[in-house]
Amino acid sequence: MNELIQHLVNALILGGTYALLGIGLTLIFGIMNVVNFTHGALYTVGAYAMYLAVAALGLNFFLALPVAILGGLLLGAAIELLLLRPFRGSDIDTTMLVMIGAGIILQSGTLWTFGGVAKAIPSPFPEAPLQIGPVSVSWLRLFVLGAALTLIALTYALINRTKLGLAMRAAFQDSDTAALMGVDVRRIYTATFALGSSLAAAAGALLGPVYVVFPQMGGLAELKAFAIVILGGLGNVTGAAIGGFILALAEELGAGYVSSGYRDAMGFLIIIAVLLCRPTGLFARAERIG
Amino acid sequence: MSAILSVEHVGVRFGGLVAIADLHFDVYAGEIVSLIGPNGAGKTTAFNVMTGFLKPSQGDVRFRGTSLRGLAPHAITRLGLARTFQRTSVFPDDTVFDNVMIGLHQMGAAAGRVPGLDALLGRAAAAERAARARAEALLDWVGLSARAYEKAGALAYGEQRLVGVALALATEPAMLLLDEPVSGMNASETRVFVRLIRQIRERGVTVLLVEHDMPMVMEVSDRIVVLNYGRLIAEGPPDRIRSDPAVIEAYLGQGSAARQAAAAQEAVHA
Amino acid sequence: MNRLLPLALLAGLVALPLGLGTNPYLLNALIVTGILTIGAMSLNLLLGFTGQLSLGHIAFFGIGAYVSALTSLGFDVDLGFGIRAVHVPWPAAVGLLLATVAAGGCGYLIGRLSFRVRGAYFVIVTISFAEVVRLVALNWVELTQGPLALTNIPAITLGLPGLGMWTLKTKLQNYYLVLAVGTLCYGVIARLVGGRFGRAMRGLKENEPLALSVGINATRTLTVAAVISAAMAGAAGSLYAHYLRIIDPDVFLFATTVSMVIMVVAGGKGTLMGPVVGGLIFGLLPVALRPVMAPEAQWIVYGLVLIVILFVMPRGIVPGLAALLGRRPAPAAPVLEVNPAVQR
Repeated sequence: MNELIQHLVNALILGGTYALLGIGLTLIFGIMNVVNFTHGALYTVGAYAMYLAVAALGLNFFLALPVAILGGLLLGAAIELLLLRPFRGSDIDTTMLVMIGAGIILQSGTLWTFGGVAKAIPSPFPEAPLQIGPVSVSWLRLFVLGAALTLIALTYALINRTKLGLAMRAAFQDSDTAALMGVDVRRIYTATFALGSSLAAAAGALLGPVYVVFPQMGGLAELKAFAIVILGGLGNVTGAAIGGFILALAEELGAGYVSSGYRDAMGFLIIIAVLLCRPTGLFARAERIG
Repeated sequence: MSAILSVEHVGVRFGGLVAIADLHFDVYAGEIVSLIGPNGAGKTTAFNVMTGFLKPSQGDVRFRGTSLRGLAPHAITRLGLARTFQRTSVFPDDTVFDNVMIGLHQMGAAAGRVPGLDALLGRAAAAERAARARAEALLDWVGLSARAYEKAGALAYGEQRLVGVALALATEPAMLLLDEPVSGMNASETRVFVRLIRQIRERGVTVLLVEHDMPMVMEVSDRIVVLNYGRLIAEGPPDRIRSDPAVIEAYLGQGSAARQAAAAQEAVHA
Repeated sequence: MNRLLPLALLAGLVALPLGLGTNPYLLNALIVTGILTIGAMSLNLLLGFTGQLSLGHIAFFGIGAYVSALTSLGFDVDLGFGIRAVHVPWPAAVGLLLATVAAGGCGYLIGRLSFRVRGAYFVIVTISFAEVVRLVALNWVELTQGPLALTNIPAITLGLPGLGMWTLKTKLQNYYLVLAVGTLCYGVIARLVGGRFGRAMRGLKENEPLALSVGINATRTLTVAAVISAAMAGAAGSLYAHYLRIIDPDVFLFATTVSMVIMVVAGGKGTLMGPVVGGLIFGLLPVALRPVMAPEAQWIVYGLVLIVILFVMPRGIVPGLAALLGRRPAPAAPVLEVNPAVQR
């Protein structure tokens, strides 16, 4: 029983960062209709940005986090401006292939710059875990959970309570009408891609110190993000958040009770199972995001 | 005279919306029948049900005695019921000639054969030659021989419709469903099409068409079936339909009062 | 003109070793390039001709490799419930056959799946399928040796007992074997695409409702294409296994699918020569670049090349060149629907 509770707590913590990954992708995929194969690379960049800031430049851990997120934001904006805008109007498969190309460049660039050896990010928290009843949780992971929940809440606020969020929701439902209503759809797309990318970077920056940082880490993360988007429904932020926790739970329980080697397969098995039963995803395309 | 097509108490609901309520009529072999009604009356929905693109919530459609319930579109075409499409009527990136070649797909079919096997085994050459000859004949018949090697997507709207007709005729149908064949055409194009429809009937193909162009419908049809709010409100030869009070009200009673009254009736019946 | 070019290329490839000498380094590059090109041609059948974007293609390749290797090595595994599966080694040529069949079977499943799941979701499902297969290969150590790899895979042997056996061990022999299989695959695809079946695929890609209404059976057409595509990829995987004589789960890496996709898209999807041209360029480019740049830098170059080609010649090199030279480029149409959540 204690073991189960420990798994649940672990899943809760992991789920928070997965939710960030998923929300970022569902916004991009939902609003811009782009199959974003750079999402994993942004996750990796976020982790390496943390590494650079803390380990190489000696920046304070809590300052490095917003720096990493900002880096993801800027990189996302750059990708949208340089690569997606010129291809606006192309088929969705052309755009997807462009994203694959960009993802390759980013991942190889990371490998080239930092080398293939995994790096560790020093954490400012005490090593000894906190004991809450039968469950032991490290301070670092508690911080990760708190930061993730804060970012999710901020994203919600952005989408539901700001003018930018209103414009994004309009563009999600009907970009032509939104444009006719005075929304600069091109700027919304840049903002959306930047926002989604910053969330991926945040997820990487938060999980980097928990595990280790290596150039290929984005690959699996990206596919898990797709699983979460399919679980939660395209453009459905709430669905993505819930989906993130469900995936984390499936992974934790699968690793704990079935086999740890197949842990990463959980996401893929979920994708296959869900799409076989409900070919349009678990929830229908959301009526509105948020 | 037996009915070649029987629409038997067909109903279509989309959630709470009733698109078609109890549609019931027959088409007899050799007729030209028109299906008319105001916008949103359910005409294209009816076509989609008849050709297997939509499953009816109730009722059945019988073609030459065979029930079409649950059959996929390609199977219905195999039975001899073909259709044209209102908007996307061609394969845009292929030439007109290749369009018709695609349409002649059924010519090389032997039921149950694995697709492609003939090609792999090199037995296809004679069938290819026959298909090409037939494609030429079809193009000649609809009058598009001059355009044979142009891209279908680049053709004028009216000519694309002719390609659509050629495609449907390529399947050697016993009956042809034409979905708004002259919409967007001018008077002379429409005349050409009316002549074409009569020639199709002379070839032995029964025609059911959906249209909005009243003069054209009155001129070409043997019988007219009138739909409104998914219901059949009148049926008969053009002269009778022209003076039918229910039809007149359906078309002229566009004011909100009339619509509300009809909607109230609808809510009671649905 | 269209017939001449492939024949000329074939003649050139046949004569190549005789002209350039049997440099083992070059031959190795050509063999691996050839195998990947067969993979690219098979992917093109699905991606280019039917418009089904399957990004899990490497799964068929890898399954073919493992099936062929395990057939020729034999295995002895415990399936649980007290059942042991034991297999004695069979000739490698039989492995090639079984690999083709097994991969084709998986292709059948994917083909059926593509009707339930559409557009971008189909892409994601196929990637997931490939990843699951990779993880199985990695973790089912008893069968596959996991990361320790299957080694000492025998080379393919041709001939009949009594008439003389011919083991294809040297690079030169493997080169001609790959060339022969590749030519056969090209011929099969050309035959398929040129006639009624090819027209059916094109019709479905350009206007599916219209295609259905002229009597084209979408399910059957796409499934047959998927089976043939997968079977060819499986054959390529088998050739790979018996040439390298060692196979590990890295054969399932997404990166190899990406290589094949680049070959098809850059070469020209939906054309016959496209994947061949793309395959030769992107198969031999690493060889040319290796003395000059590190592999990571090469991948950056591929990413850039892919993006540039998509921008400048979105239909690919072969149609682009054909347009430049005044000939009509091959038709290409959108692969995915605009809204993946809308089901047909």
